[in-house]
Amino acid sequence: MNAPSASSKLDRSDARRHRSDARRQYWCDTFTLWRRNKLMVVGTFIILVLLVVAAAAPLLATQGPFDQISKDRLIPPSAQYWFGTDSLGRDIYSRVVYGSRVTLLIALLVAAISTPLGMAIGVLSGYFGGAVDEFLMRTSDVFLAFPKLILAVAFAAALGPGVENAIIAISVANWPSYARLARAETLTVKNNEYIQAMRVLGASNLRIMIGHITPMCLSSIIVRMSLDMGAIILTAAGLGFLGLGAQPPTPEWGLMVSDGRDFLVDQWWVSTLPGIAILIVVVGFNLLGDGIRDILDPHQRQN
Amino acid sequence: MAAEQLLSVKDLRVNFHTLRGVVHALQGVSFHINRQETLGLVGETGCGKSVTARAVLRLVVAPGEIAGGEVHFEGRNLLGLTEVEMRTLRGSQISMIMQEPKMSLNPVIRVGRQVGETLRIHDPSMSKKIAAQQAVDMLAQLGIPDPKRVARRYPHELSGGMAQRIMIAMMLVTRPKLLIADEPTSALDVTIQAQILELMNRLIQEIQTSVLMITHDLGVMAESCDRVAVMYAGQIVEIGPVRDVLKDPRHPYTQGLLKTLPDKAHPDEPLYSIKGAVPTLLSAHKACGFAPRCAHRFKPCDEAPPPMHALGNGRRAACYLLGDYAGVPG
Repeated sequence: MNAPSASSKLDRSDARRHRSDARRQYWCDTFTLWRRNKLMVVGTFIILVLLVVAAAAPLLATQGPFDQISKDRLIPPSAQYWFGTDSLGRDIYSRVVYGSRVTLLIALLVAAISTPLGMAIGVLSGYFGGAVDEFLMRTSDVFLAFPKLILAVAFAAALGPGVENAIIAISVANWPSYARLARAETLTVKNNEYIQAMRVLGASNLRIMIGHITPMCLSSIIVRMSLDMGAIILTAAGLGFLGLGAQPPTPEWGLMVSDGRDFLVDQWWVSTLPGIAILIVVVGFNLLGDGIRDILDPHQRQN
Repeated sequence: MAAEQLLSVKDLRVNFHTLRGVVHALQGVSFHINRQETLGLVGETGCGKSVTARAVLRLVVAPGEIAGGEVHFEGRNLLGLTEVEMRTLRGSQISMIMQEPKMSLNPVIRVGRQVGETLRIHDPSMSKKIAAQQAVDMLAQLGIPDPKRVARRYPHELSGGMAQRIMIAMMLVTRPKLLIADEPTSALDVTIQAQILELMNRLIQEIQTSVLMITHDLGVMAESCDRVAVMYAGQIVEIGPVRDVLKDPRHPYTQGLLKTLPDKAHPDEPLYSIKGAVPTLLSAHKACGFAPRCAHRFKPCDEAPPPMHALGNGRRAACYLLGDYAGVPG
């Protein structure tokens, strides 16, 4: 009696070790792939910096974002005002630093609203098919027929200016692409034998959709979301620029670019430096998204 | 004969609406299963065995539809139930083991949780922990060594035989009254088949389940069934106790089917095959569906479908040779 139980105990600890080895190997591979992809390293770095800046804004800023120093208006970049000052004598560097919070807030909230919405609509559409599918997909066609920015502008104009409304407007313009993706995944998954098996077991449609289909859509949705982040930020900045997003005196990057329009020739820094901030962050998200897509691709792992 | 009927199917008809027309997949299938009895359903590919199983569970999917008939389960006509009522029956009262065990398990969920999910579907108040515990108990009952470890595996880590055991656990953990087994062993290695079959039969005994065993393996049938129904082209042509049917097949199709078995006494003889092909089911049978392939074909066979003749001892077969015309032609 003693010998077999001892050996099975050994087997078990062996198995556990193999399993944890495999898991470690997986993460090691992920790290190797990440390191090999130089552009992704850059993207990751940019986004990390963005997160740190947003978190530590009060420590990094040299002035308050709303402080107006009336004697120091439109000062070019200098040791005192690193990015110069705007027409109201506000320190542009500090405003860019605080602006990272607004940008992140918009990007994250839009993702948090439009992804679940799009996913729910897509899964419903693909799962039930027929009239439901037809109705939901034709509705999404209507949204897809307009360029995202135009649609967001229309909704923002209808809802009225403001950060919250800009977030809603961008989310509304954004969900159809997730719905399409989730629908496609659902169509490939829903006829699998194991979905049939769940039905045999008496699982309800809701249970099958939530427990067995939605998880299968997640990986492609995550990739899509990370690729979309840049576009979301760009749209938000666009709305701010047009006066439909964040309102003055919010330190929002698009709005700051807009503020500097009148001084573009003589006081270039007012528009340009927030613009460069937008550029860097958008590029950072795109590089990161591309990299995530490559890393999650199982074909990459084989070699 | 006083045995209580658990399931009785009467004149079940299923149609599939295809581009080429309506396929009459089931054309009036009738049979019953008593409590704690195993009924075998045999027949060649495409004769409607799996469609029968799905129709009983009301899981015929578009473009198919149940066009008529009755399915009584414990006295209730399943075809008259609402979808929600039907759902509470599926998995708890009637379960089905499917052909491809590895395809029938969700590849990204640990198998223990999948077994536990069956329980939680029918008892939402059950905690995950208790469900997991019962799942492990079930695996242990199936004779799986180290069930705790197996429960934490993903389907791709299991062999086909092990996956089928998990499948059986999933379907029997709720102790259903009727189990439909749709070719439970045909996707498995021959060496594993006997093991799985034995295991299934043991469990069926333990939890006293009735079984509808679908197979095209006559050996499997002989081993595990009490009665057998032979299907041909959407109809049952012969039904009766398995020994009687195997020993003395009365319908020409059954006779042909049994003759196709390799004969150990004459290993050099070429294997027998029934001449001809299965008829298209695009129209309902106007005559005996087997007539074109039958060696005994005579006039009435081409005029109307033959009725079922009772042959005593619960046996019935649909052939003119067994009724008024008995002994007429050679």
